[in-house]
Amino acid sequence: MKLTEEQITRYSRHILLKEVGGKGQKKLLNGRVLVIGAGGLGSPIALYLAAAGVGTIGIADPDQVDISNLQRQVIHFTADVGKAKVLSAKEKMLAINPELNVVTYQSWVTAENIAAMVADYDFVIDGTDNFAAKFLINDACVLAGKPYSHGGILQFDGQTLTVVPGQSACYRCIFPEPPPKDAIPSCSQAGVIGVLPGVLGTLQATEAIKYLLGAGDLLTGRLLTYSALRMRFREIAVKKNANCPICGEHPSITYLKDELDAVTVCDLGH
Amino acid sequence: MNLTVNGKPASIAADDAISVSNLLETLQVAQREYVTVELNGDILDRDGFDAATVRDGDTVEFLYFMGGGSL
Ligand SMILES: [Zn+2]
Repeated sequence: MKLTEEQITRYSRHILLKEVGGKGQKKLLNGRVLVIGAGGLGSPIALYLAAAGVGTIGIADPDQVDISNLQRQVIHFTADVGKAKVLSAKEKMLAINPELNVVTYQSWVTAENIAAMVADYDFVIDGTDNFAAKFLINDACVLAGKPYSHGGILQFDGQTLTVVPGQSACYRCIFPEPPPKDAIPSCSQAGVIGVLPGVLGTLQATEAIKYLLGAGDLLTGRLLTYSALRMRFREIAVKKNANCPICGEHPSITYLKDELDAVTVCDLGH
Repeated sequence: MNLTVNGKPASIAADDAISVSNLLETLQVAQREYVTVELNGDILDRDGFDAATVRDGDTVEFLYFMGGGSL
């Protein structure tokens, strides 16, 4: 594959970087990233991956755009209210970069469908709003040996961690089990400052791009937390946990199952 | 005794050792039923909070669930 004149111009600011260059840009164009969730985190992730020229981007979300989403889900516009989020997102991604292959999945991830979805991609990004999906994404990626980025936001705080299965701590190394139903407030219950997913989602997209390029150091073995109110980032070193139920020495989770008790943790209404 | 809690120095009214359960109580840690505790870099088992001992000079991190993103 040779970059066209237009591609050389479009991606010129990437190509100037020695960590990217023409070679790296081709890696991005050949790269495949799955974004699960087309909401607050998924919006900047999908927009930046599209602009960067990640050639194949999958995007999964069952919901339609609601007017209460527009305060932070910057990929969706007022005219999109009522439209499927994955279709609204795909339109903007292709408007930025028409040469991409955007694959839409208008459904939630479940124990039945996630393994086949994940298998098609090089890197997975968790931009979901509920613990059932977060644990399922972790389990599917760990069992498939697929690197992924975890992200979570609430009110003014966010956290993110990159997991390279087998090499670095996974989400269950830190949180072995989901919290009980309704134990932790969701953004729809507790609120979220609109710029917060922009910060966290952009960090997650950066990890996907670095992974595809093979450049720099991934956010593995370190949980990065962000407080918008204190304007402070912190890193907490996290080791692989020998007692982790999925990547520990004696795993109890050997196949995918839905965390039914956690399914409704985040109110999926509005 | 003196600890480092979530990256900051913290003084605890205890002589030389305290159980993790007691530390959670003493510090009135939020979401005590769900919080993950990391002691000197190791994630502790939730059912080991009574047995695990925090000593002067130790480093403790409390890690919280953060679920939002899409909504
Ligand atoms: Zn693990």
